[in-house]
Amino acid sequence: MTISAPKYPASPTILVAALLAVLTLVVFAPSVRADEAVVRAGLAKFATAKGFGEVEAAVRELAATGDPAVSKPLAALSEGNLYVRKSDAAVFIATSNGETLSLADPLTGAEAGTAKAGEMAKVRVNNAVRGAIRAVSGSLTLGSGDAGVRLAAANAIFSRPDPNTIDALDAAIAKETDATVKARMQIARSSSVLASDRSDEEKSAAIKLISGLGSREALNLLTSFQSNAPDRLKEEAASAIRSINGTLMAWDVAQNVWYGISLGSVLLLAAIGLAITFGVMGVINMAHGEMVMLGAYTTFAVQEAIRATAPGLLDYSLIAALPCAFVVAAAVGIAVERGIIRFLYGRPLETLLATWGVSLILQQAVRTIFGPTNREVANPSWMSGGFEIGQLAITWNRLWIVAFSLAVFALLLLISNRSAWGLQMRAVTQNRRMAASMGIRTPWVDAFTFGLGSGIAGIAGVALSQIGNVSPNLGQGYIIDSFMVVVFGGVGNLWGTLLGAMSLGIANKFLEPYAGAVLGKIIVLVLIILFIQKRPRGLFALKGRAVEA
Amino acid sequence: MIAARLLKNGIDRRIAATIALLVGAAVLVPVLHLAVPESSPFHIPAHAVVLFGKYLCYALLALALDLVWGYCGILSLGHGAFFALGGYAMGMYLMRQIGDRGVYANPVLPDFMVFLNWKELPWFWHGFDQFWFAAAAIVLVPGALAFGFGWLAFRSRVTGVYLSIITQALTYALLLAFFRNDMGFGGNNGLTDFKDILGFPVQAPATRAALFAATALALAAFIAVTAMVVGSKLGKLMVAVRDAESRTRFVGWRPEHIKLFAFTLSAVMAGIAGALYVPQVGIINPSEFAPANSIEVVIWVAIGGRGTILGPILGAMLVNWTKSWFTAALPDFWLFALGALFVAVTLFLPKGVIGMWDQWRAARRSRVDGVVPAIGTQPRQSLGTEAAE
Amino acid sequence: MFEVKKYSRRLAGAVMIAGSIAFTGSVRAEGDTIKIGVLHSLSGTMAISETTLKDAMLMLIEEQNKKGGVLGKKLEAVVVDPASDWPLFAEKARDLISKDKVSAVFGCWTSVSRKSVLPVFAELDNLLFYPVQYEGEESQRNVFYTGAAPNQQAIPAVDYLMSEDGGSVKRWVLAGTDYVYPQTTNKILQAYLKSKGVADEDIMVNYTPFGHSDWQTIVSDIKKFGSAGKKTAVVSTINGDANVPFYKELANQGIKAEDIPVVAFSVGEEELAGLDTAPLVGHLTAWNYFQSVETPGNAEFIKTWRAFAKNDKRVTNDPMEAHYIGFNMWVKAVEKAGTTDPDAVIDAIVGVSVPNLSGGYSTMMPNHHITKPVLIGEIQADGQMETVWQTSGLVTGDEWSDYLPESKNLIADWRKPMSCGNFNVATGKCGGQSTN
Repeated sequence: MTISAPKYPASPTILVAALLAVLTLVVFAPSVRADEAVVRAGLAKFATAKGFGEVEAAVRELAATGDPAVSKPLAALSEGNLYVRKSDAAVFIATSNGETLSLADPLTGAEAGTAKAGEMAKVRVNNAVRGAIRAVSGSLTLGSGDAGVRLAAANAIFSRPDPNTIDALDAAIAKETDATVKARMQIARSSSVLASDRSDEEKSAAIKLISGLGSREALNLLTSFQSNAPDRLKEEAASAIRSINGTLMAWDVAQNVWYGISLGSVLLLAAIGLAITFGVMGVINMAHGEMVMLGAYTTFAVQEAIRATAPGLLDYSLIAALPCAFVVAAAVGIAVERGIIRFLYGRPLETLLATWGVSLILQQAVRTIFGPTNREVANPSWMSGGFEIGQLAITWNRLWIVAFSLAVFALLLLISNRSAWGLQMRAVTQNRRMAASMGIRTPWVDAFTFGLGSGIAGIAGVALSQIGNVSPNLGQGYIIDSFMVVVFGGVGNLWGTLLGAMSLGIANKFLEPYAGAVLGKIIVLVLIILFIQKRPRGLFALKGRAVEA
Repeated sequence: MIAARLLKNGIDRRIAATIALLVGAAVLVPVLHLAVPESSPFHIPAHAVVLFGKYLCYALLALALDLVWGYCGILSLGHGAFFALGGYAMGMYLMRQIGDRGVYANPVLPDFMVFLNWKELPWFWHGFDQFWFAAAAIVLVPGALAFGFGWLAFRSRVTGVYLSIITQALTYALLLAFFRNDMGFGGNNGLTDFKDILGFPVQAPATRAALFAATALALAAFIAVTAMVVGSKLGKLMVAVRDAESRTRFVGWRPEHIKLFAFTLSAVMAGIAGALYVPQVGIINPSEFAPANSIEVVIWVAIGGRGTILGPILGAMLVNWTKSWFTAALPDFWLFALGALFVAVTLFLPKGVIGMWDQWRAARRSRVDGVVPAIGTQPRQSLGTEAAE
Repeated sequence: MFEVKKYSRRLAGAVMIAGSIAFTGSVRAEGDTIKIGVLHSLSGTMAISETTLKDAMLMLIEEQNKKGGVLGKKLEAVVVDPASDWPLFAEKARDLISKDKVSAVFGCWTSVSRKSVLPVFAELDNLLFYPVQYEGEESQRNVFYTGAAPNQQAIPAVDYLMSEDGGSVKRWVLAGTDYVYPQTTNKILQAYLKSKGVADEDIMVNYTPFGHSDWQTIVSDIKKFGSAGKKTAVVSTINGDANVPFYKELANQGIKAEDIPVVAFSVGEEELAGLDTAPLVGHLTAWNYFQSVETPGNAEFIKTWRAFAKNDKRVTNDPMEAHYIGFNMWVKAVEKAGTTDPDAVIDAIVGVSVPNLSGGYSTMMPNHHITKPVLIGEIQADGQMETVWQTSGLVTGDEWSDYLPESKNLIADWRKPMSCGNFNVATGKCGGQSTN
């Protein structure tokens, strides 16, 4: 497969999420070095803190020293890696390796030996503590040497406005050279100003700055500000909210189209293998969903193998899984074709029964081998998270799936229309006897066509493992939708499948906000039924004698 | 010539024998269940009565599907919908019979409405406190839906696999709709906790025996009806539509009318099967609408032998009995066995159990009499999906 | 010739039918054991959750046999597969009771499967131990509810989120799968939230179909709803299968637990095993047991379980603990009654206390629900839950919710002389049910 193999993961816009991870790596210029003894005393509070309230107080106290070095233990705390040794109440950063923990000094990071799991007590955190850490670490890292970290710090303050950060922000803005970061810091400052008791003029300027963002976060800040603002500013905030809402409305339409395309691409992936086995060959392939499932389980197996042998390559496991999934599903497909379906050509309905039997067997086989519960297929880093274009939120996994489904579609179209094999495939399915008399080895073409359809279903499984469950029931979830797509688009036409998938996806997503997910789906089904009355052979009907054959 | 006639008579006799058997069972089973003491080897225990009552309902559903698929070439992958609608109509009647004996002692509202704060009975629940109304609904609701759906679909000449898939869409849409609690059909839990039917307690052995008898008699009656329809001129036209729809149209018949008749009659039969099923299993819920259930019905018919009257009945009993047995005997591996059974039957018994039986007998007779056998009314090749070839 | 054929044909038919009736009617040989029915789906949609419970039951029975069984007899498990098919549940329950002659049945997961078997248990007078959290509004003489009622899960979870520790949540999204458990739970929660002064516009209710896999719109709706300047939380009653795609979408759209926490009632260790939980750290679950609970009893249980499953990574979960409690209660009640006769056990079991795995004792109450602690846990990066809050004492399962107008006057008490599952304290009458 030569499709969409990403050489370098495109870097997503800096996420707030990255902040904590980055914190631990940064070396700070010793701008406000507090007395180490004071910091250590602050750290010791974690050993004695009872309850989350006291832990949070200790966090704030530690942050109040203003020493950037405390961001390291704070980040560890947030990740649940800060431990207290039971024997002497010393605080360490610890990483677990099974039964033992390797300890490190919380400030210097110097190794401090190991300890048994039972000897250490974890400093427990909850959402409130994590939130507090996020809020305080913003102001601690504003002076970082790395522009990305400063940007993340500004974002952190923006999401957790705190009047105490204004001074630090003022100082940072004065020094800032990077225009993007500076703008972000100013917005973060505005959010803190709104939360402070500064003058109305300053707040009014802040409202203007924030309303310029036009984003949900801005809306959130302004709404919460508006609820207890003085009258004059209330009106100002209200008009800013109105204008933001107006902008967002337009973006919502675009967002819905994107969701529709993304759902459509999932449907396309699920259905495209069926468009071959059912659409082209006429086999009512009830085991199609199970081919998708096999692909997903192959992905799981490949990931497990990579995890065991070369964990560093885990990010590329999906690329390795693609050919494997294709081969596994195609092999099963060919076996099914040679073993069962080839005896049933000319009796297409019987294929429904036989493949239904095959699907039961495959489901139970997977259940026996891998167990009945969900299996974890990890998302590679380049498929995690998302980014925003304006107010359009796009997640990486969806973007990749859209691209991938289109690539698969293009490849299939190429095979079917431009290769000799594709020609033979179409010849055999259109007129088997004629094709055979022309010297085409119809049994092989049948086997490979079915293999191709199954293999494509297998690689669809690789992609679908990224967004859903990997369980023995995976295939059942897609089979009905797949048949709808193929029939709606018109049996035997790949373009029909593409258009069918996309229109069903978009229709679904536009109905969902009004009718709800359940009713939306019902309406789409009724629309399909009515549509078939108008066009009894789908969107792209085959014409000519083949129709009545 | 003579042999063909004899064979024809044979088939008729076989149907007559089955009807006699069912009528006999309708009398005998209640007697053996109620009057014979439990210690006697002739006693039929309650679970067997319930189980076989259930199988007979499935058999009636299979017969209904066979009428449209086996004889008229319409492969419906949504016949479970009609079955479930009939079941819901019966379920609604049974719910209303609970009266104020529900847990909240509300005289009008069923329990599930009470705790979800419904204030009054939705309009479509009115009338279901009367048995005659429910009985009419059991026939009319599936019938009307089939008529409307068929009228649209057959007029637009939706055929083959397109028709199959939209019947599937129909049952899937109904599944989702009945899942919704807002619809007022009890959502996923469906209707349950029945007390009385026509004033008799549902759980009582006598009621159970009576329900079994009613099911057996209904099946017997519909076998007779189906045999009559199939044997009539209309039945021959149905077969003609199945085997060559265009040709039938060119000869001057209106295939859509013939199909519509078969489809509606079949839906009514399925609805009645559902109505008999509900009081016996004690619950009706949306999973009866699941497309997989409808596909299973197709499999029963195929295994028994489609285009025959006894085939689907045999198939339904056989598959369900196998399933009952497997799920207890091989709980971890029964799907392998069932799957293999489906594959094996398609590969080795393409005409189903009945078809194989006929073939075998015909072959034996031809050895004895030296006459080439003719095969009953089984379709020569699968139509219904016309996409291939 | 003809006569013979006719005869043989009829004979064949008769033999077939008689044979099949005889087969299903045959009673398996009874040894000197006590039989326990295990009624969990091993195939179909629910196999994903229920298979584990079957294994857990087999382990519990094996362990009990190592201790010498019950009343001097060995226990024998009878496993059947109701295949996630609700009428099949009723059929299998009937078979277990009348053919296999089991003394008690442990099983069911979904409410509809329980509803389907209720009449069978009432008719044949046997015992069902039901181990899953459910919507309440039921109390049957023959059923013991060892999972959580809404007041043992949903209400404490909401209490926690409203507290300062939980983030003083002011705005609520109630998201669930469209079936009875979420609907009822959400009705109860809405009434409860309103009683706490939450306005209508601060509650958003959303339902999705079973197995819903495309969460883009709903997650972005949650984001929208959460940007109204008030602390927002999501209460999720989303059913098993749909959770993985839901959480994946949450993670990818960047909804962090510190901003909009999601508290789930149907997500346990088992469900999280299918997910990378690193982006979900801090989201919450409410249960009566977590695998991470540090008690000697739990450590022992996990050890036995892993040895039994021959897998040192197998996780435990709340419904397993419910079976653990239910099974031990049954054993104790049988020993107390000196017989496995269901009527005697029903009388003996009320008031029986057995250790639970979270360090205390659970007691079977007269309403056939049990007392349990309620734990709120935050999801950790390793797929485990860490308890961040727990009720100070045990909470008694309340079958008839106090927050639904029609059920607040009802109580259940199966002790004699009341023996009633829906006694109306306002009218002084035992509900509408004429039987039991």
